[in-house]
Amino acid sequence: MIELWHYLVLAAILFGIGVAGIFLNRKNILVLLMSIELMLLAVNFNFIAFSQAVNNLDGQIFVFFILTVAAAESAIGLAILVVLFRNRGTINVGDLNSMKG
Amino acid sequence: MTEMPAFSLAVPEIWLLSMACVVLVVDLFFPGREHAPAFYLSQLTLVGAGWLALDAHWGMDEVTFSGTYIADSLSGLLKASVAGLAFVVFGYARDYLRQFDLLQSEFFLIGLFAVLGMFVMASAHNMLSLYLGLELLSLSLYTLVAYDRDSWRGSEAAMKYFVLGALSSGMMLYGMSMIYGASGSLDLAEIAAAAAAPDQGGVLMAFGLVFVFVGVAFKFGAVPFHMWIPDVYQGASTPSALFVATAPKVAAIALFIRLMEGGLGNLFSHWQDMAIILAVASLVVGNLMALVQTNIKRLLGYSAISHIGFLFVGFAAGSPEGYAAVTFYAITYAITTAAAFGVVMLLSRRGFEAESIDDMRGLMQRHGGFAVVMIIVMFSLTGIPPTVGFYAKWLVLQAAINAGLVWLAVVAVFAAVVGAFYYLRILKAVCFDSPDEQTPALQATASMRVLLAVNGAVVLAAGIFPDTLVAACRAAFGLA
Repeated sequence: MIELWHYLVLAAILFGIGVAGIFLNRKNILVLLMSIELMLLAVNFNFIAFSQAVNNLDGQIFVFFILTVAAAESAIGLAILVVLFRNRGTINVGDLNSMKG
Repeated sequence: MTEMPAFSLAVPEIWLLSMACVVLVVDLFFPGREHAPAFYLSQLTLVGAGWLALDAHWGMDEVTFSGTYIADSLSGLLKASVAGLAFVVFGYARDYLRQFDLLQSEFFLIGLFAVLGMFVMASAHNMLSLYLGLELLSLSLYTLVAYDRDSWRGSEAAMKYFVLGALSSGMMLYGMSMIYGASGSLDLAEIAAAAAAPDQGGVLMAFGLVFVFVGVAFKFGAVPFHMWIPDVYQGASTPSALFVATAPKVAAIALFIRLMEGGLGNLFSHWQDMAIILAVASLVVGNLMALVQTNIKRLLGYSAISHIGFLFVGFAAGSPEGYAAVTFYAITYAITTAAAFGVVMLLSRRGFEAESIDDMRGLMQRHGGFAVVMIIVMFSLTGIPPTVGFYAKWLVLQAAINAGLVWLAVVAVFAAVVGAFYYLRILKAVCFDSPDEQTPALQATASMRVLLAVNGAVVLAAGIFPDTLVAACRAAFGLA
């Protein structure tokens, strides 16, 4: 039988992978965008599991909004990525270091 | 069972959204080189929105739209401040954008949508509306930071801001999902009821609290979640940095009060320690890092971090008095910072950004009037009477001491003394250094000069006659 805590552990693992992807990734900004998406999907998992557990539909409605916002967020992230690439010719995370101190 | 929502309460948002769409269409038909129709319509929209917010919300205390929207004095005050600050920012921005060939109506449009996001946040009474308002604000700000799309630094700053902002949104959402699981509701009043239960929502609620708090701290830019602030201030084009530095700080107050006080206020004893840690870290790191800056925009970024530390001192007090003091602090700080950026923009001209402290040299001899504005602003940021910054700091410290946090108040005062060093360093350049040989005349238009002079005068006048604003802030939290 799959219980609530199974879902929560799965979501926590996905969320952890997402956060780790942001902090450990030293190569490509596209991977950062994917990590962000993974975090948001983990949150969706949590909301749906809780929605089922507390017998309340609000959580599932929230998930629809998160999906929509995540799409808008990706669009803006990719737009900024394009601008960055046009200016620099690279999307390497290590090259984002022109401002220091 | 569904009752009709009270649309009359949401008039500010409805007006703002409709007018933003009107601006979009009007600019399509009457673009011109100056985008004057779009600009003046945007300013009219902001004035109207601020007035409507005060008119519709002041003195009310009503929840509508199925519990997602609250109209109270606090939302009225914060919305009016946000609209006023955006008005000032647009006024400064137009001149600068024209000089740098960046004048497009999109700046004002995206700004209006950011203001709409802040309005929704200020009236949020449900985690869903809070999240949507926050995202509308954040997405608009990412775009504004990348507004100068040919800028090498601007695109880097936007990318950093985007990644860290999205990370913080994710953290906050994860916390919200935990709180939802613990309380079974997204409504902030019901969450408060669940947090008041004997078990305080249990371990799930505690988990959620920590994640949400981290998310909120990210949005403020409190140390150790401050990494984006200096880069955004330095890298973004100055009008965008000005926008990020002013109105969203006031909106962040709304975020904190709605979520941490309105929803999780019963867990105050759990988040007080976190607030104290953030306050001390922000005060220390912000002030020490600002000491070594030579770029004035980056310096203002670290200065912002130290002022955020002051805000968290007020939050740590946890009393209505503390929240009122913090609200006053954020509003007056934003007005003061607007004037500081205004001077930077005044001295910039086509192809030259006056962003080094050296560019301020001899301002007293060159343009005495604006040097006086700069002196007032720096005094206010330091906290020297009779400017408004002194009064704001005093209110926050008073609230902290009344809450028994004497040592925290002492730390804050010491940090402010350290801060005096770098503000006075700018003043030294302004007053006592001799100007460079050939600095061309100012290119700023008359409206920009008037706006800057008025802004400086307000910083001074609000310090001498603070009573009205203080009374408004206190009334918003039910204090006489």
